[in-house]
Amino acid sequence: MGAGAVGFRGFATYFKGIMGADAYTKYLEHHNASGHAEAPMTEREFWRDRTDRQDSNPQGRCC
Amino acid sequence: MVSRPDDAVSAAQGGGPLTADPKLPPTAVDAAVSEAEDRKWTPAKIALWSAIALLGGVAWFMLAIVRGETVNAIWFVFASVCTYLIAYRFYSKVIERLITKPDDRRATPAEYKADGKDYVRTDRNVLFGHHFAAIAGAGPLVGPVIAAQMGYLPGTMWIILGVVFAGAVQDYLVMFFSMRRGGRSLGQMAREELGVIGGTAALVATLLIMVIIVAILALVVVNALGESPWGVFSVGTTIPIALFMGVYLRYLRPGKVMEVSLIGFVLLMAAIIGGGAVAGTEWGAAMFHLDKVTIAWGLIIYGFIAAILPVWLLLAPRDYLSTFMKIGVIGMLAVAIIVVRPEINVPAFSEFASRDNGPVFSGALFPFLFVTIACGALSGFHALIASGTTPKLIEKERQTRFIGYGGMLMESFVAIMALVAALSIDRGIYFAMNAPAALTGGTVETAAVWVNSLGLSGVNLTPDMLAQTAKDVGEQSIISRSGGAPTLAVGLAHIMQQFIGGPAMMAFWYHFAIMFEALFILTAVDAGTRVARFMLQDSIGNVIPKFKEHSWRIGAWLTTAVMVAAWGAVLMMGVTDPLGGINTLLPLFGISNQLLAAIALSVCMAIAAKRGSFKYLWIIVVPLAFAAVVTITASFQKIFATTPAVGYFANNAAFSKALADGKTSFGSAKTQAAMEAVVRNTMIQGILSIVFVVLSLIVIVAAILATIKAFRDHSAGMPMVDNEDRPRASRVFAPAGLIPTPSERELMAKWDELPADQRLGKAGHH
Repeated sequence: MGAGAVGFRGFATYFKGIMGADAYTKYLEHHNASGHAEAPMTEREFWRDRTDRQDSNPQGRCC
Repeated sequence: MVSRPDDAVSAAQGGGPLTADPKLPPTAVDAAVSEAEDRKWTPAKIALWSAIALLGGVAWFMLAIVRGETVNAIWFVFASVCTYLIAYRFYSKVIERLITKPDDRRATPAEYKADGKDYVRTDRNVLFGHHFAAIAGAGPLVGPVIAAQMGYLPGTMWIILGVVFAGAVQDYLVMFFSMRRGGRSLGQMAREELGVIGGTAALVATLLIMVIIVAILALVVVNALGESPWGVFSVGTTIPIALFMGVYLRYLRPGKVMEVSLIGFVLLMAAIIGGGAVAGTEWGAAMFHLDKVTIAWGLIIYGFIAAILPVWLLLAPRDYLSTFMKIGVIGMLAVAIIVVRPEINVPAFSEFASRDNGPVFSGALFPFLFVTIACGALSGFHALIASGTTPKLIEKERQTRFIGYGGMLMESFVAIMALVAALSIDRGIYFAMNAPAALTGGTVETAAVWVNSLGLSGVNLTPDMLAQTAKDVGEQSIISRSGGAPTLAVGLAHIMQQFIGGPAMMAFWYHFAIMFEALFILTAVDAGTRVARFMLQDSIGNVIPKFKEHSWRIGAWLTTAVMVAAWGAVLMMGVTDPLGGINTLLPLFGISNQLLAAIALSVCMAIAAKRGSFKYLWIIVVPLAFAAVVTITASFQKIFATTPAVGYFANNAAFSKALADGKTSFGSAKTQAAMEAVVRNTMIQGILSIVFVVLSLIVIVAAILATIKAFRDHSAGMPMVDNEDRPRASRVFAPAGLIPTPSERELMAKWDELPADQRLGKAGHH
């Protein structure tokens, strides 16, 4: 049971990473670590900014 | 002892840019220690690698030498996986030692440019999955299916050996060199290394190739959805599902990516099941039964709208959905193949392996097999992904081998699985599905007669078999459903139903496969149009500066329209082509993709030469020469061949002559309009072939000149000017591969002891 739950949680975290679902957490980590003076973006602002930047900086997908 | 390129820089102790912070543990395993670890062969290690080599050898023996009546699919798995493991463990290390020479004391862009958004240090295993999801799409699922015409061995050998010596090498090198340059794109690197002419040729070639690739991927979707109400319904439904997900993520619950992906996935499954029900009703069948031309127009209009809509509304959510499906489906297929282990009764070399007039794709094994399978063996398109997003996320330099080389091995394995799926269906059905309607006649009776007339050993196709297969997968007909996707879907349904659900589930699995291929392709079409639009905007911007403003709506719309018109025209040409679209256009896809690979390898060769790696330049020169010879030969045959089935201009001349003679039907073109279409199409295809090959030759020659110049400068003892970002000392440590080595573990333990507030690189950053 214990090992199963740990295994599943590990897989979920891994899958989240691949999907890029942990981007905001990583942004906060970076923000806190680099000692910015201003407050970090809120979750909503962050995701908006993320997709809006893709608008002007497109990335190809492979075939 | 391994010499490191930056030793000279930091030789003066306490000087140099790579002097580590004395308060931190080392940021790299000592080169001598890791070298010794590599060279030390414990009995357990020897036993393990002997077992892998032995198993791989047995598997290859079963595939290539034994060749019984049937061969079990499990041998494909063993042969490929064992070869990948050996190539990864030994050959990629040779490349690391001799060409790339990574240095973990150097900070990666993700560290020195860290911004929490684009430049983010990412766990190597996560990034491996991420990079794999970015490079793998519909390509490796399509090429191998079509190449199965030649039998199983040529395709299998090219996929496995091609990836080891060419594809993975390209991906790894481009990723590494881009990382050393702060994540610069292939185009920028080409300009820097090859000068204005070479750089411009590379850029134009990339743009044209993008158009061709988008067009042909779109053609695959059109062929899969034509006259398939179920497919049209379920794939069409992905658009409102994605729109819903976009709104959900933007307004309702921002950032809940996993949650919305799960909701999207459930809706997708509902769309597939619902599609069956809808297609079963009279109104549904009438409403969603669309011919290919209509679907092509729909796709063109969709492509334009999708590319001008904001990313958050359609592209981003569909990206999530597509990644979610990709990882899930590929994992599931691997498990299913290992569990089901289908028997394959396709010969190693088919009757068409020694001929150049195969019905699925024309041309001889050399060079056309090598361009038919591009993705999965050697894909130039990867160079665009490996330079750009991924290099900005890499945590440590030495991880590029795992992510770049290893990631491409994974894609190759996907191609092997696609090949196995296509091989597992009856050969007669395979040819009936993949030959153009002009040959099969379009009905089960004519198709069965035609397939049996091919004289294939062990093939006895009855109209019943074709009708039954169509019924099983919930389609009205499976005759001449070329493009690879439907064949793969039948193969996958065939394997999956033995794994989950039984025969009753076949129709579901078929449409599930069609759905995820369409999903990958629609994302690629949308993103490809966007990238191409920006490239065009920047190019026009050199003349009319206003176009460089990406927020300028009219400019954006105009350039989007131009790009959509370009691929739309090629798509329409393929859809209406009396010769059968895929048959004539797929070679162009493979040729352009591998010419891009030749361009990428050329740039790598020039860079490696400037770094002074002349002795080992063969590691790059061999795949480059092979890709160049294959694609240039293929292009020349397409341009100069006198056999109409192969040469575009020979075909053009034949049809022009027939028209001039006043004939009203010729070959597979039954009307004068169709004959005129052939004349037009072959002319365009011929000209495109010439343009591609000329552009690529310019780039290759520019790279050879740059290499020679580097050699002369080097011999004259002149200092090399490289375009790398200046080295900066790293302040973090992470292992290089999947499993940390003992010395890496030791270092990790030291880093773990460090107080948390000192662990992250606190650069003076505001």
